[in-house]
Amino acid sequence: MKAIGIILAGGNNNRMQELSNKRAIAAMPVAGSYRCIDFALSNMSNSHVQKVAVLTQYNARSLNEHLSSSKWWDFGRKQGGLYTFTPTVTANNSWWYRGTADAMYQNLDFLRRSHEPYVIIVGGDCVYKLDYNKVLDYHISKKADITVVCKDMPADADVSRFGVLKMNEESRIVEFEEKPMVAQSNTISTGIYVIRRRQLIEMLERCAMEDRYDFVTDILIRYKNMKRIFGYKMDGYWNNISTVGAYYQTNMDFLKPEVRKFFGSEPYIYSKVADLPPAKYNTGSDVRNSLIASGCIINSKVENSVLFKKVFVGKNCVIKNSIILNDVYIGDNTHIENCIVESRDTLRANTYFSGGDGIKIVYEHNERYVM
Amino acid sequence: MIGLIRKEMIAMLLAGGQGSRLGVLTSSVAKPAVAFGGKYRIIDFPLSNCINSGIDTVGVLTQYQPLRLNTHIGIGIPWDLDRNNGGVTVLPPYEKSSNSEWYTGTANAIYQNLTYMESYHPEYVLILSGDHIYKMDYEVMLDFHKENNADVTIAAMPVPLEEASRFGIVITDEEKRITEFEEKPEKPRSNLASMGIYIFSWKVLKDALIAMSEQSSCDFGKHIIPYCHERNQRLFAYEYNGYWKDVGTLGSYWEANMELIDLIPEFNLYEEFWKIYTNSDIISPQYISGESVIDRSIIGEGSEIYGEVRGSVVGAGVTIGKGSVVRDSIIMKDTVIGDNVIIDKSIIAECCTIGDNCQLGIGEEAPNKLNSSIYSFGLVTVGENSVIPAGVKVGKNTAISGETQESDYPDGVLASGEYIIKAGDGV
Repeated sequence: MKAIGIILAGGNNNRMQELSNKRAIAAMPVAGSYRCIDFALSNMSNSHVQKVAVLTQYNARSLNEHLSSSKWWDFGRKQGGLYTFTPTVTANNSWWYRGTADAMYQNLDFLRRSHEPYVIIVGGDCVYKLDYNKVLDYHISKKADITVVCKDMPADADVSRFGVLKMNEESRIVEFEEKPMVAQSNTISTGIYVIRRRQLIEMLERCAMEDRYDFVTDILIRYKNMKRIFGYKMDGYWNNISTVGAYYQTNMDFLKPEVRKFFGSEPYIYSKVADLPPAKYNTGSDVRNSLIASGCIINSKVENSVLFKKVFVGKNCVIKNSIILNDVYIGDNTHIENCIVESRDTLRANTYFSGGDGIKIVYEHNERYVM
Repeated sequence: MIGLIRKEMIAMLLAGGQGSRLGVLTSSVAKPAVAFGGKYRIIDFPLSNCINSGIDTVGVLTQYQPLRLNTHIGIGIPWDLDRNNGGVTVLPPYEKSSNSEWYTGTANAIYQNLTYMESYHPEYVLILSGDHIYKMDYEVMLDFHKENNADVTIAAMPVPLEEASRFGIVITDEEKRITEFEEKPEKPRSNLASMGIYIFSWKVLKDALIAMSEQSSCDFGKHIIPYCHERNQRLFAYEYNGYWKDVGTLGSYWEANMELIDLIPEFNLYEEFWKIYTNSDIISPQYISGESVIDRSIIGEGSEIYGEVRGSVVGAGVTIGKGSVVRDSIIMKDTVIGDNVIIDKSIIAECCTIGDNCQLGIGEEAPNKLNSSIYSFGLVTVGENSVIPAGVKVGKNTAISGETQESDYPDGVLASGEYIIKAGDGV
């Protein structure tokens, strides 16, 4: 493989509300069986990228635990492998990662000591499937300095939380605005970049000298007219999960057969194996249009919902339009509608939760076993 | 000598048998590789028991149709048996400079792998068979073996006296020392049945295997245990009272699967303690559509259910079409069932295709014409990679294997007791 991979998985934001307390966005459970970073990792692995660094700093316990073994994504090789880099104090540096460019700069040795000519930089907070080799081939054929993978969003989509760009007829990016108040186009950056390794090192060093820390504003936008920066339009499913609404929608998208088929066919998405028994439906279960992960035990009504691994649903419950994260215990006669229930929670019997017109995040902090 | 590898106890897992009483289910896979419980294969149970009991060195003896077994075991990652020292090793029969032969019996198979066992310098060797469903802590059994200063310990469980004549029966004194051993006695004098699980002190096993090496089809129950007994060695029975199921017949295989569906099954896979591990390549969640009805069932990962499933065990990656009804059946991995199909009391193996509007398991029972002792219990049994064309009806006690066409079904019906075997060397 001609490239190494970098997954930026450090961040979090307040638009995830309480969901961000527990973990970095990249470690958010997605679609019943996965964590968000599985998509980037599987894409790397399926594109035969052999050496991947995950850069992380926010509440990384969940993420570290998930990445404790690299074998699930087939990175347990003699050549290359999976590296997790958190900020460390060194002779010249005692800062946290102050931005995406700074995060890479603080790990410049990883870039310097690699021999592969290219670097594929991706975020850990997107759900998609992409063969990075196609982007790399495009990058080489365009003689680009940087290639930005971008996507046309539907005309009515709110793109104000993305980088919005415009390309000319030869696909060179002529305008790039980060999180614009009023967007000029509906083509957005997916946060996936291909760049020559030496070029990246040079740009990061220059950035650091000027006390600049962000890859998008301080490299992409600043170099836009000086360097050959191209856009590669991807098709197929792509979604960023970093707001509660987007997270909810991404999970619900997996109820659509075409989305399941896209992710369920080769090349597969891999994840850490949980060793749970298959889902069990007892008398009283009435499950409609829902995704159910392994280890679940269901005794009542579940409709238009996504149940993650090892959820127990008691008797006479109603669960509607909701997302129940891993290892939740739901007592008898409980009603849950338009909610996201945080993982490892215990909901007492005879309780009622509703998000009304919005989405409510439920986290009850109850003890599961009362002595 | 530097760096001598020593393991206190290693396990030898006999997984070479065909399991011919499972009919078309084992026509192209060994019995230990047959799917079980919507996710597992039978061999997962002894393998998981090993690692849960702290045994990290397991030799798996294969012979009959080993491909599926080999790919399933791989280097042992799912069971944490990928080790620098020990781990899982697949042991097929091999050619020697003289006397090359297949594994002719259970003890003969172990005898042919003396060098494997010797390389770990074990103090004890645990002999297991790959075709039982149970959870057992072999370490407790080893403690029992040591406490009694035993040469051989046989795990045994009480069975109903009327069934005892199907098993090897042990008769013990009050210290649990075995005084007599009878293989499938007509008039059993005890109800303690051998489970085919033995702990041998290494020297005793080695001596017995070498002494009996000329015995043809050398078997533990028939030859090695009697040999040890005759020499007055210390044989003990370790009584086991948990769930243990020999899934050797289609009836018992079906029953053991169905028992998993109970509200709190006697054999509970949902306990945190003593997990069962398996190698599963499908990990996505299952989808249950808006028109589906699921009642008292177990459904595996990545399945897509559009119809009705009642009292059934459905494996991973299965599709059940609209308007279809599956009752009291076992559907294995990656099988596709069309629309408006009715399936009653059937076992459908992996990667089958059942056409639209089929009906399986209709009519009155009739004895199977191919082998009435295998294909009974009123079951429809469909071997792996089989195809059943749209619109046909299939009766009870039937067997189907291979890509069948409409012309194979006179008037669109396979009557009870009939069979179609097209592919492989089945039966």
